[in-house]
Amino acid sequence: MIIEPSESKPLLPSLPKACTGIKGLDEITGGGLPQGRPTLVCGSAGCGKTVFSMEFLVHGALQYNEPGVFMAFEEKTEELTVNVASLGFDLQKLQQDKLIRLDHVHLERSEIEETGEYDLDGLFIRLGHAIDSIGAKRVVLDTIESLFSGLTNQAILRAELRRLFEWLKEKKVTTIITGEKGEGTLTRQGLEEYVSDCVILLDHRVENKISTRLLRIVKYRGSVHGTNEYPFLIDEDGISVVPVTSLSLSHDVSSERIPTGVSGLDSMLGGKGFFRRSSVLVSGTAGTGKTSLAGSFANQTCLNGERCIYFAFEESPSQIIRNMMSIGIDMQNHVDKGLLRLFASRPTINGLEMHLLSITKQVLAFRPSVVILDPITNLISVGSVSEVKSVLIRLIDFLQGADITVMFTALALNDNISEQTDESISSLVDAWLLVRDIEFNGERNRGLYVMKSRGMKHSNQVREFVISNTGLDLVDVYMGRGGILTGSAREEQQLAEKTENVIRSHAVSRKDKEIERKKMVLESKIASLREEFESVRDELNKTYIEEELTREVMEQNRQEILQKRGGQQ
Amino acid sequence: MSKHPEFPQHGDHPEDNDFYVLRLYVTGASINSLRAIVNIKEICDKYIPEKYSLEIIDVYQQKSIAEQEQIIALPLLIKRFPLPEKRLIGDMSDTIKVLSGLGIAI
Repeated sequence: MIIEPSESKPLLPSLPKACTGIKGLDEITGGGLPQGRPTLVCGSAGCGKTVFSMEFLVHGALQYNEPGVFMAFEEKTEELTVNVASLGFDLQKLQQDKLIRLDHVHLERSEIEETGEYDLDGLFIRLGHAIDSIGAKRVVLDTIESLFSGLTNQAILRAELRRLFEWLKEKKVTTIITGEKGEGTLTRQGLEEYVSDCVILLDHRVENKISTRLLRIVKYRGSVHGTNEYPFLIDEDGISVVPVTSLSLSHDVSSERIPTGVSGLDSMLGGKGFFRRSSVLVSGTAGTGKTSLAGSFANQTCLNGERCIYFAFEESPSQIIRNMMSIGIDMQNHVDKGLLRLFASRPTINGLEMHLLSITKQVLAFRPSVVILDPITNLISVGSVSEVKSVLIRLIDFLQGADITVMFTALALNDNISEQTDESISSLVDAWLLVRDIEFNGERNRGLYVMKSRGMKHSNQVREFVISNTGLDLVDVYMGRGGILTGSAREEQQLAEKTENVIRSHAVSRKDKEIERKKMVLESKIASLREEFESVRDELNKTYIEEELTREVMEQNRQEILQKRGGQQ
Repeated sequence: MSKHPEFPQHGDHPEDNDFYVLRLYVTGASINSLRAIVNIKEICDKYIPEKYSLEIIDVYQQKSIAEQEQIIALPLLIKRFPLPEKRLIGDMSDTIKVLSGLGIAI
């Protein structure tokens, strides 16, 4: 029998999943945890296992109509209630509403004598009763390994745990079992042997005194899942995992332009500014006006009625607002209107991944059209060059995918213009502006170059970048035999040119007058000659006319004489 | 010591420090439960005859008791009296451990 290949894939029943409600996790897992099966969440102390499982239960109860039982082997129910209150979960009310049931298991080895064969039926009955009493669909056992410290008979415990997990599957409850990370194993007691459906590892890493929380799905039977280590945050909104990975280079491009806020710069960039959704790097040495450029870009964006987020790693928001005021940019007004948000944090406040995560979180919440990071150089203090680069690549990818134009500023330590920036991201960005000191004649002035600007005609000229109390502008620098002239030297040169112009025009006018005079003299000469000529001609004409008259008269006389003679004949 | 208010049924030995108040929690008619009942009765009759009261409770019948009494492993024998309270789990087959758990000198 020949089986014809079918055109479309037959729809097979896929693994049902229970949404965790944890931001980002459901995307990584493709819909949540395996429904009706146990999931192991493991990690070292303080990595967020309890918060993770509590969020799973509370979101389940409130959003997905799935009540849950929380069996705590470590914390007392009162402690637990207080602990999660900081996340805004009111466990007491949830318990009253029969959406959540808490049960604290107290097990003290010193109080217990083992006298032979036993089983954990007590736990089964207890759990079964709790599940049935509220119709629970979700169960958390936190941390079941405590049984091993309370009871000594490992053989019984292991057999009973195996039975417990089977029993939970039969009950069709989605279960989270938490376990403490062991030496070389995922959990101290090897719980991963029993829970084979889904294992999630939480990690809390501290490198260079900076902590990063990471989540990894070790295995997930019957489902595709992200395999990376995903950084996550625990804040007042609970856990958020944002899967920021380097995406394929497939995002749409835009040929729409976004003005830079400096008209001279716009005209250097083909007269219109940056491409929307592009990435822009502004690099330069200290005090060259990188922040001012970023500030005026932010200002322009807000003036156009679009939103902007400004992440500052060096200055506080009020400091930025004050400083921008000095160049005639009123950022406070934009902040008040809700168009601009300023976030200031020291780079060392958390790890790089955390920065990325908090940036993405803010961006997703505010939905700006422009994001500014000022400066990225300081991020290097919390990570290596390659780490910073990797984070920035992912950030650019994320922002471009979200239709956002991003501007980075970077401090170049070396004054050499061919030098790459420290973060070596100049190859990643679409446009690179370099602001550079030009030291000449005892002053320092700023020169701005467009090092590159992908996909548009841009000026190859160096422009002098002038910061005044009315804003930023670009003026042409004087390029002459003496080299580049900027600042007062340029002004001097311009003055000199002006003087020269005046003198020249004066000289020209004097010459003009002389010519005019000569012309007049000549013309008067011509007039007198003409008079002379007229009189000569008159004289000549006079003799001619007289001769004519004489001849006429003579002719008349001759005719008269002829007639008179003829009349007689 | 004054009469324990929780156990009025043992009022006939109120002053007796040697009187044992025992509760055995079992699960229906499981093998471990039956063994535990037989074993504990045997031990008590042998070492503390007439000086004990034994209440046998089937947790299946009163499920909420499991949470109240912090029951995990079964069978569970709780020695309420004399103090200190002691918990023994298992089928009570290890007589020496049972005796030491109950604080009975052989």
